[in-house]
Amino acid sequence: MTTGLVTTAYLVSGILFVLSLGGLSKQESARKGNLYGILGMALAIIATFVQLSLDPEGVINFQFLAPLMIGGAVIGTILAKRVEMTSMPELVAILHSFVGAAAVLVGLSTFLDPANALMSGSEKLIHDVEILLGVFIGGVTFTGSVIAFGKLRGSLSGTPFLLPGRHLANLGMIGVSIWLGSQFLEQGHDEAWISLLIVMVISFVLGVHLILAIGGADMPVVVSMLNSYSGWAAAAAGFMLKNDLLIITGALVGSSGAILSYIMCKAMNRSLANVIFGGFGTSSGSSPGGGSEVEGTITETTADEVAEELKEAKEVMIVPGYGMAVAQAQHVVKDITETLRAKDVNVRFAIHPVAGRLPGHMNVLLAEANVPYDIVFEMDEINDDLPGVDVLLVVGANDIVNPSALEDSSSPIAGMPVIEAWNAKSVVALKRSMAAGYSGVENPLYFKDNTDMLFGDAKDTLSAVFAKLG
Amino acid sequence: MKLCIPKETHAAEKRVAISPDNVVAFAKLGYEVRVESGAGESAHFPDSTYESAGATIVSDTTEIWGQADLLLKLNPPTLEEASLIREGATLISFAYPARNEDLLKALGDRKITFLGMDCVPRISRAQSMDALSSMANVAGYRAVVEASHRFGRFFTGQITAAGKVPPAKILVIGAGVAGLAAIGAARNMGAIVRAFDTRPAVKEEVKSLGGEFLELDFEEDGSGSGGYAKVMSKEFIEAEMKLFAEQAEEVDVIITTAMIPGKKSPVLITEDMVKSMKRGSVIVDLAAEGGGNCELTEPGEAKVVHGVNVLGYTDLPSRLPTQSSRLYGNNLVKLVHLLGQVDEFSINQEDEVVRGALVLDEGKLSWPPPKVEVSQQPAKPKEEPTPISEEKEAGGSSIFSPGMMLGLLALVLLALGWDQEANDNEFLNQLTVFVLSCFVGYMVVWNVSPSLHTPLMSVTNAISGIILIGGMLFVTGAEPWADTKSILAGVAIFLATINVAGGFLVTHRMLKMFRKE
Repeated sequence: MTTGLVTTAYLVSGILFVLSLGGLSKQESARKGNLYGILGMALAIIATFVQLSLDPEGVINFQFLAPLMIGGAVIGTILAKRVEMTSMPELVAILHSFVGAAAVLVGLSTFLDPANALMSGSEKLIHDVEILLGVFIGGVTFTGSVIAFGKLRGSLSGTPFLLPGRHLANLGMIGVSIWLGSQFLEQGHDEAWISLLIVMVISFVLGVHLILAIGGADMPVVVSMLNSYSGWAAAAAGFMLKNDLLIITGALVGSSGAILSYIMCKAMNRSLANVIFGGFGTSSGSSPGGGSEVEGTITETTADEVAEELKEAKEVMIVPGYGMAVAQAQHVVKDITETLRAKDVNVRFAIHPVAGRLPGHMNVLLAEANVPYDIVFEMDEINDDLPGVDVLLVVGANDIVNPSALEDSSSPIAGMPVIEAWNAKSVVALKRSMAAGYSGVENPLYFKDNTDMLFGDAKDTLSAVFAKLG
Repeated sequence: MKLCIPKETHAAEKRVAISPDNVVAFAKLGYEVRVESGAGESAHFPDSTYESAGATIVSDTTEIWGQADLLLKLNPPTLEEASLIREGATLISFAYPARNEDLLKALGDRKITFLGMDCVPRISRAQSMDALSSMANVAGYRAVVEASHRFGRFFTGQITAAGKVPPAKILVIGAGVAGLAAIGAARNMGAIVRAFDTRPAVKEEVKSLGGEFLELDFEEDGSGSGGYAKVMSKEFIEAEMKLFAEQAEEVDVIITTAMIPGKKSPVLITEDMVKSMKRGSVIVDLAAEGGGNCELTEPGEAKVVHGVNVLGYTDLPSRLPTQSSRLYGNNLVKLVHLLGQVDEFSINQEDEVVRGALVLDEGKLSWPPPKVEVSQQPAKPKEEPTPISEEKEAGGSSIFSPGMMLGLLALVLLALGWDQEANDNEFLNQLTVFVLSCFVGYMVVWNVSPSLHTPLMSVTNAISGIILIGGMLFVTGAEPWADTKSILAGVAIFLATINVAGGFLVTHRMLKMFRKE
């Protein structure tokens, strides 16, 4: 009966999690979705307490659990309250690492649990494999996320760190892990413990190595991939513990992350394998510029001229990129938007799926600055409207508006869908310098006749534009 | 076939039916174009320009009326002129059939086919022959020019060395073709333009020209048929008059365009309002022909009352004769096009444009035509946002709807859960749950809008903190701190709780920021 009761509670909380993800599909229902998630989680925790208290052999040690849970909740709350919206990617990455670490620890605990020693035959075999997998996936997620966090934060260099023969090294590590794993299955308790710890360490190294090799601008894919891993790690823990709720939740999160990774990859016209193993822009050929040289001159403009241009315009489009996040320019972008809209200028935003360092990063930043989401559009919705746009502002974006993706088949970013900014009547690109984008590809957009460059920190230049608009 | 253009005889009329450019177009259709000598003189089209375009100049009035197969004119002919027309000829001009009974009778006796340019139905297809619109456009523009001519100041605001010049404020009542033309012209001269119309649908057009649309706090849609506004309720009119009274005190120029076809124009500007206006202000009454929108308007005259110029000109299009003639001529070309080339010239009554314009069919009265409903789309009534049910929002194809998936999931889970002890193939069952959940996750997450990807990640982050349950199951025994396993599990719980709390809270924070307009 106990099991039945708890299972029912788990079932309900599983349903609540599904509703939670479903609710997030639309702006209108998103808050409700979050609420469902919270309810589901609360129910699951209560059910687990009930399960523990109904277990005749178990003793719930509240003195031990309560400080841990309260402490964790307090730290989580502080993190959530303090985080800047521009730092969302870092927060998400570090939270992934916690899930990874927790999965590793739960795996180790499972192994140390006396019940484990009592199993035998195929049941033990399956169980041991589950522990191994849980620890391994958890380990990769843990260190991988820590590295991603470092890269996003800027404490680690964003450029890919590539060891010679790194694919071999990766394969080697996986091979050793498999071999150790097979030993682990045969060994007695103490030797097996050592093997498990070694596998854990290898998975840590593998996580570090894998993510170090991926560049900063591929972070949307990496973060969503790690999101997926953290789900699989939770699912693996569910298998170890024979806990259906963990399996369900892990699977939900895992597939959600996998879909996000897929969407991000598609937006860059690259395969997941290419992102993970590619080492973009460096592996292919000696000339990092790739493609053809761009000829032409760039026209520099001033904040005054941009303000004048905006005053004349009827249709304005803003294409934000990571540069906007770095410069924290979203608030002044919003001020400009409001001013123009008050003058009946139709201001819209065009968001590329991989703009920023996190899927949906730009949307969150604009929302933070209080830009209504119904004037924020996806790339596919907006590309056809661009010829009607009088002034298009590119705020700190580069590769996502690069025409060579469509025009130059030898370009490293060839085939990547981009926002066709050059179709607008006039383009103003805000940029700190003429340096090439993350992909190392020159951007012919800057050399087009209808493009003017406004150099400087986006926040400073846009503030100047805003001052002139008023 | 002879196509003849007689000279307009109305004393103040400076326009002519066609411009020399149109001669070529008619010639292409096969017509032999004849123009009465001096017809285009006052519109600045001397005879020579028609001649060089290929027309023949005829100096005798009787001759040009007598020989015409197709007569193109602006104003309806006088009775005297009507008697000159060859029997069975076709005449196209403004007709005003409602007030020209005698003329229609005279023309009917001579078996004339008469098409009225003012009777062309105001439908999309006939826009290119809508001479009323062409003339209204000219009138609206000219109204601003007349106002500016009388007005003692600039329209535009300036900051000069000799001081600051405030821009003139102009109120345009009625945003039809003439009203919109006036708004555009006044805006281009730099004035601040406000406009009022009973039809909310024109708000956007006003704004697109740079005007400010004045609104009443009153719900009533004045969209009528045929491009005109309908008569409004008493309460509405009261509210409207209050607005005008307020505006009159403030603005420098009022241009009124409220005409009701075939009826007396409504009085919108009372004498009191005129009194309240600044001295030197100007009122241009485009509805003067129907009696005027201003109480003090005298049709055809300009006068100064209470220090305010009240202009009741009825000949505004004629005051820009070159422009008006060109536009009218182009309208005529389009209409004649519809009648066909010379060899297949016919009055096709099936065509609703021709049918609408047809006043006399070989002398038989065929006006008014059967009704054709048209005009601008009325503004859509405000839609209440309909609440959409949760299932629908999650979307997905019918078979794989989340509801369906949830049902399946529930069944499988229940079957497994209640029967757990007895089940040998536990692993297989878990695998089933796993695969099924992946599938559910897949179906649900595909529908997530890209703008919500970040919140999605933070929610999944929080949810994956569910691993804390795993930790809880291992903290056992009375003294967990003495047990490695429990300590490891404890750390896992700690980390996972950070995730749960942090993930949900930050999602909440983000979602709170998303707002719609």
